[in-house]
Amino acid sequence: MLFVEIEKQFRTAGAAAFQLHIQEEFPPGFTVIFGPSGAGKSTLLDCIAGLISPDKGKVRLREKVLYDRDQNICVAPQHRGIGYVFQSLALFPHLSVEGNIAFGLAKFQPAERSERVQRILETFHIERLRQRKPPDLSGGEKQRVALARSVITEPAVLLLDEPLTGLDQGLRRAILEDLRNWSAERPIPILYVTHNREEVDAIGHRVVVLVDGRIREKGLPRQVLDAPRALALAQAAGFENLFAARVIEHRPADGVMRVSVDGSHCELEVPLGTVHPGETIQLAIRAGDILIATQLPYGLSARNVLPGTVQTIETRGTMVHLEVHAGVRFIVHVTPGALRSLDLVAGSVVWLVLKTHSCHVVAAD
Amino acid sequence: MSVEALLLSLRLACTVAALLLLLALPLAYWLAFTAWRGKFLAEALVALPLVLPPTVLGFYALVALGPRGVLGKLWEGLFGHPLAFTFTGLVLASMLYSFPFAVQPLVNSFESLDRRVLDASSMLGASRMRSFFRIIVPLAWPGVVTGVVLSFAHTLGEFGVVLMVGGNLEGITRTVSIDIYDRVQALDYVGANQTALFLLVVSFAVLSVVYGVNRRVWSPWSGR
Repeated sequence: MLFVEIEKQFRTAGAAAFQLHIQEEFPPGFTVIFGPSGAGKSTLLDCIAGLISPDKGKVRLREKVLYDRDQNICVAPQHRGIGYVFQSLALFPHLSVEGNIAFGLAKFQPAERSERVQRILETFHIERLRQRKPPDLSGGEKQRVALARSVITEPAVLLLDEPLTGLDQGLRRAILEDLRNWSAERPIPILYVTHNREEVDAIGHRVVVLVDGRIREKGLPRQVLDAPRALALAQAAGFENLFAARVIEHRPADGVMRVSVDGSHCELEVPLGTVHPGETIQLAIRAGDILIATQLPYGLSARNVLPGTVQTIETRGTMVHLEVHAGVRFIVHVTPGALRSLDLVAGSVVWLVLKTHSCHVVAAD
Repeated sequence: MSVEALLLSLRLACTVAALLLLLALPLAYWLAFTAWRGKFLAEALVALPLVLPPTVLGFYALVALGPRGVLGKLWEGLFGHPLAFTFTGLVLASMLYSFPFAVQPLVNSFESLDRRVLDASSMLGASRMRSFFRIIVPLAWPGVVTGVVLSFAHTLGEFGVVLMVGGNLEGITRTVSIDIYDRVQALDYVGANQTALFLLVVSFAVLSVVYGVNRRVWSPWSGR
């Protein structure tokens, strides 16, 4: 269990002071730290690692105090027993893969050292890279080496700062699998920082959402990121459709309220909230939660059916990104198969179908 | 060409370059990584020999090293002979004179290192010493070579400081640059030219090494 309670203020010339204010316990296993860039994710890891000193607070690893401002304790990074994979990976460019990985094992006998290196090279499937230098490695290989280097010392905490950015899904999944196998027998807290929604889902564990230096939400990814309660979080979680809207009326009997999207005639039924008629709310709708129909559908439970016109169609890998004008501009995601069977082209007249509960009311922060 | 003067100059330059490296490594480390706000004062102090006329430097060095100077008195008390007009005195004054040439390349190369690489070393449990010798120095290798080579070359070619502190004693303090001056005074233009040309060639070779290393024409690390 890693206990963190820290405050750190940054005074940058011109910009408003940024403040990191965290109080959180990290249990053994993965915790994803999710948030937009600039939220303070890397700073939090640096404070835990001891590379940055907080202004006040405590960092404790089980019974061992790593940092305590009041008791004037600040354990140096090299004595904390924490593994850290930086976003830039920071491999030692002048050492071979083997040299990089063995660097943290200085206190071991050569025989023990080479045995451990051998084992970790196998765990992360990088045996054949042993003699190579970092400049000659591919992105995925570098990431494997950086992970192997940081876990070989058997750290008591593992900090991972976007360690798998820039990799395609398959490679990312394979490396995560290796990491999971390694961590299965080791009950240590693993803090995994990312701003990528896909990585959150791939890890699928507890997620802590950091916005503007504070923890806004925590829980399972589905609970936290599928129904965001704050606008910044909705943006970070990749809600493609964000609208300001005004509440027209409450319909408690139906469990809904009618809202009108600002700057359009578009009206939607959204889950009943505590906002009064006349007040403004923010709506967040996932592009993948919107259905498209080429004829006016009937007999549906969905309460919102809006006529619109397809503006642009763009295929992005296994997903098609549509812009549909229906009073306001909606982003809609469908599969290439759906696009074909519906025969959609720019200019097609369509109906957008939105479930009430796909329309998330978020607070404008 | 005076072989004796040449050998003396080489001995002086090698000694100074070696001693300066030992002195400059920890100082440059401190200058590059300290968070002290008064650091700029130390930097200005280090750069001082760059702008002062060698005679000013030589004058103060002479005062300090002379029998009434602090260093000179201490030295004489310890070893029983004066410091001024000796080879040792010359080494001390030359170190002062070439100091920025040894320190600044090191500071520059330390400062341009990727901080995250140094952080990575700390996170892997390396002490400051281990990080310094296993990571910082190997990665700042061009800066180390530049510092050594420049302080060597700069010492080889010095004139004013040597004249002030060392005088012109054959075999003890008469270096090549003094030798050239002597020959020109004696209208021995052929002899002066031989020595001068030699210095010119050596200086060019030495600077080629510096620029080659910094352009990474030769690098012991990356395979590329």
